[in-house]
Amino acid sequence: MMSFISYFINGLSLGSVYAIIALGYTMVYGIAKMLNFAHGDVIMIGGYVVFTVVSTMGLGPVAGILLAVILCTVLGVVIEGVAYRPLRMASPLAVLITAIGVSYLLQNIALLVFGSNPKSFTSVVTVPALKLADGKLTISGETIVTIISCVIIMIGLTTFIKKTRAGQAMLAVSEDKGAAQLMGINVDGTIALTFAIGSALAAIAGALLCSAYPTLTPYTGSMPGIKAFVAAVFGGIGSIPGALIGGLLLGVIENLSKAYISSQLSDAIVFAVLIVVLLVKPTGILGKKISEKV
Amino acid sequence: MEKSTAKKFHIDKTFKTNLITYSIVIAAFIIVQLLISAGQVSSLMKGLLVPLCIYSIMAISLNLTVGILGELSLGHAGFMCMGAFSSSIFSISMMDSIPNAGIRFFLAILVGAAAAAAAGIVVGIPVLRLRGDYLAIVTLAFGEIIKNVVNVLYLGKDSNGFHFSMKNAMALHMEKSGTIILNGAQGITGTPKNSTFAIGVLLTLITLFIVLNLINSRSGRAIMSVRDNRIAAESIGINITKYKLMAFTISASLAGVAGVLYSHNLSSLTATQKNFGYNQSIMILVFVVLGGIGNIRGSMVAAVILTLLPELLRGLNAYRMLIYAIILIVMMIFNWSPKLIDFRKRYFHLNRAKKERV
Repeated sequence: MMSFISYFINGLSLGSVYAIIALGYTMVYGIAKMLNFAHGDVIMIGGYVVFTVVSTMGLGPVAGILLAVILCTVLGVVIEGVAYRPLRMASPLAVLITAIGVSYLLQNIALLVFGSNPKSFTSVVTVPALKLADGKLTISGETIVTIISCVIIMIGLTTFIKKTRAGQAMLAVSEDKGAAQLMGINVDGTIALTFAIGSALAAIAGALLCSAYPTLTPYTGSMPGIKAFVAAVFGGIGSIPGALIGGLLLGVIENLSKAYISSQLSDAIVFAVLIVVLLVKPTGILGKKISEKV
Repeated sequence: MEKSTAKKFHIDKTFKTNLITYSIVIAAFIIVQLLISAGQVSSLMKGLLVPLCIYSIMAISLNLTVGILGELSLGHAGFMCMGAFSSSIFSISMMDSIPNAGIRFFLAILVGAAAAAAAGIVVGIPVLRLRGDYLAIVTLAFGEIIKNVVNVLYLGKDSNGFHFSMKNAMALHMEKSGTIILNGAQGITGTPKNSTFAIGVLLTLITLFIVLNLINSRSGRAIMSVRDNRIAAESIGINITKYKLMAFTISASLAGVAGVLYSHNLSSLTATQKNFGYNQSIMILVFVVLGGIGNIRGSMVAAVILTLLPELLRGLNAYRMLIYAIILIVMMIFNWSPKLIDFRKRYFHLNRAKKERV
C-alpha cells in the first residue's frame, strides 16, 4: 500500500512537470493554432542555463532559475518573431515543419556548445525529504517543490488570464484573431506575450525536470516535450485546466504502469490510453465540441 | 480511320508528367550505374544508394496520406517498422525452406507489405474518425506503440516450431538447438542482405506506378474529393470511410515495402527512437512538405536531396546538422511566407512583362 502511494505521488510530481510544459503547448496552440515542436527544446536550453550557472559559475540555484527564465523568455520571443511570424498566414503544416527546423536548430546549438556527453545536473531543490508513517513513506524534496510550483503556476496563470487586460486580450485573440484586431488589440504583441509566458514556464519545467532526472543531454527535452504535448491533447488542447488534468493523469499512468506492468511498455501504455480517450471524446477531456457548419 | 489513330497517339497531360517522373528515376539509375562503373562513386555514397530509395518510397507513400488524402500522419515510421520486422522474421525463418534468395526476398516484400497494410487497417479504422491535429497525434501515438511493443517481443524457433514471449529470452523455453530470431530490444540479427540499388529503384518505380495510377483513377478522384470537401463528397454518395481507409492502407503497405528494403540492407535490426520513432516520421513529413504537398515527384526529389544534404555537408563536420536546420527554416519561410510569395510574384511578373514588351 505504502509503495503504491509512493508511486502515485511520484507520478503526480512527474505529471506536474508535464502539466507545466503542456501549458506552454496549449496556450500557444490556443492562440496561434500551431504545434510548437520546439517547445521541448526550450526546456532543454533552460536546463543547460541552470546547469551552467549553478555548476560552472557556482552561483545559487535561485539565480540559475531566474537567469534561465529570462533567457528562455527572450529565446521564445525571438523564435516567434524570426521563424513563426512571417508564416502567420501560411498553411499550418508549413509552420509545423518550421517548428521542427527550430527544434533541430536548438538541439544542434546545444550539441555544439555543451557537447554530446550527458551532464550530471545538481538538483536546484534544497527542501529536505519528508518522511511520513514512521519512515515507511518518503517524499523527496523535488517532488514537494514540483507539485507546489505547479499549483502556484496554475493559480497565477488563471488569475492572470481572468483579471488582467493582457490576459483578456489573449482570450480574445484565441477566440477570433480578426475581430480582436478590430477591437484594437495588438495581435502580434499578444502572440509574442504568449510565447514569452510559455517559454518562461518551459525554463522552470526544465529546472524541475532535471532536478528529478539528473542527466542532461541535447535531446533531454524532446521526449518530455512530446509527452507534454500528448498531455495537452489528452486534456483538450487550448484549455488550461485541461493541461493540468492531462499532465497529472499522464504522469500517474506512466509511473504506475512503470511500477506494476512493465518499464519498457510504459510509454506504449500512455499512448494507448490517449488513443482510447480520444476515441471516446474526440477533442480531449475538457475540449470544446466542434460543431460543423455546412 | 485517321481520326481513330489520332486518338490512339494522343498523349494527355497527366500521362506526360507521369512519364517524366518515371524517366527521372530511370535516368538517375543509369547515371549512377555509369558513375559506379567509371569508379567515380565513393563507398560512402554507395552505402547511401539503398537509403535513398527507402526514403523516396517513404516520401511518396506519405504524400499519398498527407497530400492526396489530406490527413496529417506523424506515425509513418511505425508502418515501416512493421514491414521491416515482419519481413526479417520471415526471411530468417524461411532461410532453409526457401534456399533461393531471389524468391525469398520477393516473398519477404509481400509479407512486409501485407503486415504493414494489416497494421494500416487496424490503425486506420479508429484513427480516421478523428480530425486534424487530433488525428496527427493519434498516428504519432500508434507509431510509438508499434516501436515500443516490438522492443519487448521475443521469438524463437526450434524443432518444436515457434516460441513466443513478451518477458525475456529465457521465457521462450526453447531446446538447446533452437535459435532466437527476435531478441527483444536487441532486435534481429542475421537478416540476409538482399537489398540492392537495382531492386530499390525497381520498388521505387512500382511505388510510383501504384500511387500515380491511383491518383488518376476513379478511386483517386473520390479520395481527393473527400480531401477537398468531405461533406460535399458524402452528399454525392461517396463512401468516405472506404476511400479514406483505402488510401491510408495503401500508404501504410508502401511504407512496409520501404521497411523491407531497410531491414534487408542491415545485418542487425533494432527498433530505436532514431530509425522508427516519431523523429523519423517527422523527417519523412519534412520531405513531403518541402517537395510539395500532393506533388509526388517533388516529394521524391526532396527526399533524395535532403538525404544527400547532410552527407554533402560532412566536410563541415559538427556544423552540418546546424546548417541543415537553418536551410530547412529558411526554405520554409522563403516558400510559404505570404510577403515573400508576393515579392516573388512581383519579381517574376516584372520579368514576364519585360519579355512581352520585347
